[in-house]
Amino acid sequence: MNLEAIREKIGYQPFLLGVFALLASGALAWASSATGDAIAAAEAKDLRDSLSEVLPQGLADNDFLKDTVDLKNGEKTITIYRARQGGVVKAALFKVAERGYAGDIQVLMAVDIDGKTLGVRVLKHAETPGLGDKIEVKKDKWIKDFDGKSLGDPAPEKWGVKKDSGIFDQFAGATITPRAVVKAVKGGLEFFAAHKAEITG
Amino acid sequence: MSDSYGKLMKDGLWENNVVFAQLLAMCPTMAVTTSGTNGLGMGLATTAVLVVSNILVSMIRHTVSSQVRIPVFVVLIATLVTVVDMAMNAWLHELYKVLGLFIALIVVNCAILGRAEAFAVKNGVVASAVDGLAMGLGFTGALTFIGLIREFLGSGTLFAQASNLLGPSFAFLEMKLPGYGGALLMILPPGGFAILGFLLAGKRVMEQRIQERSAEKAELAAA
Repeated sequence: MNLEAIREKIGYQPFLLGVFALLASGALAWASSATGDAIAAAEAKDLRDSLSEVLPQGLADNDFLKDTVDLKNGEKTITIYRARQGGVVKAALFKVAERGYAGDIQVLMAVDIDGKTLGVRVLKHAETPGLGDKIEVKKDKWIKDFDGKSLGDPAPEKWGVKKDSGIFDQFAGATITPRAVVKAVKGGLEFFAAHKAEITG
Repeated sequence: MSDSYGKLMKDGLWENNVVFAQLLAMCPTMAVTTSGTNGLGMGLATTAVLVVSNILVSMIRHTVSSQVRIPVFVVLIATLVTVVDMAMNAWLHELYKVLGLFIALIVVNCAILGRAEAFAVKNGVVASAVDGLAMGLGFTGALTFIGLIREFLGSGTLFAQASNLLGPSFAFLEMKLPGYGGALLMILPPGGFAILGFLLAGKRVMEQRIQERSAEKAELAAA
């Protein structure tokens, strides 16, 4: 029997679908295992790069990627990287996430021992290109507005975008995104204040 | 054969352009054309996927029966895009950080399934690859063009952040209109639809002019 006759048979259809589903799963499994290590390595390098970006140079003399402590924040576990100088904890670096306009925005922040922000960077987001992506430091210096801010400065009710009578700028056409970032940073500072003893201990 | 490849290119770039003639892939078109750079990035990523998916579909066209071809193509394209996504994340991580945003959008791009269905399933591997390339470049051109217009009217810049996508040596492309804040509407979806509408109308007028002129010429030749 030639291919064209077989192709019309009813049994051929599920067989064909099955074969392609198997092939697709096989290809995905292979690609996932082939790229897994490289992706993990690339993400670790990204993490190292961004950690050193939020932390002012010379503040840490330890390998803070290895000096971690895991703390519970509600349901989620947050890994805190501790920057020490001469064995004393000088700053804590950790990731917080907040729901933005499209999916979670992951924010990395460094807080010094007095609860003051040393630096904030957005690690991962899916905001609208050209509008919400100004939270990336590469596209706009907006995220640097957080440097040196703490829970008392500005006052708690001023921790918002200007539209909500806060002190942080929103972007033209995108309010939800910066609002989420402000909320994330504020949440991070509150988290640090609540767990200061455990972090520095 | 070279003649027909030329026709394929012309089809993809102009006559049968994905955006301006087929009006396909409207979702990514509206979503990413907020700047010329974004349009270019999305266009290039789509072109790569389109060429490979056309080649694969053309290769399996004799095995796949017409009854189940759609699910087979969908699975094939989704797998392909996912593999490309993972491979880029692993080995072209810098590029992935820029283009990664667009890759997931390619799965929902009906232009890819459209070309598989309309062309690759009926034609040979080489012709399908050429068709994928032509359609992809046409798409890239359209997205970049719409993106540039929206970016210029909306934020007063051209190719902003092109150096992020193409490398620092392309920084010369970036331009900024001093003292112009931009009309936000153009960046938002309504601006996208408005610009696309004007461009479609413009293309029609242009084609009509060309037709009239060639008709006049034919008349003159006859007289």
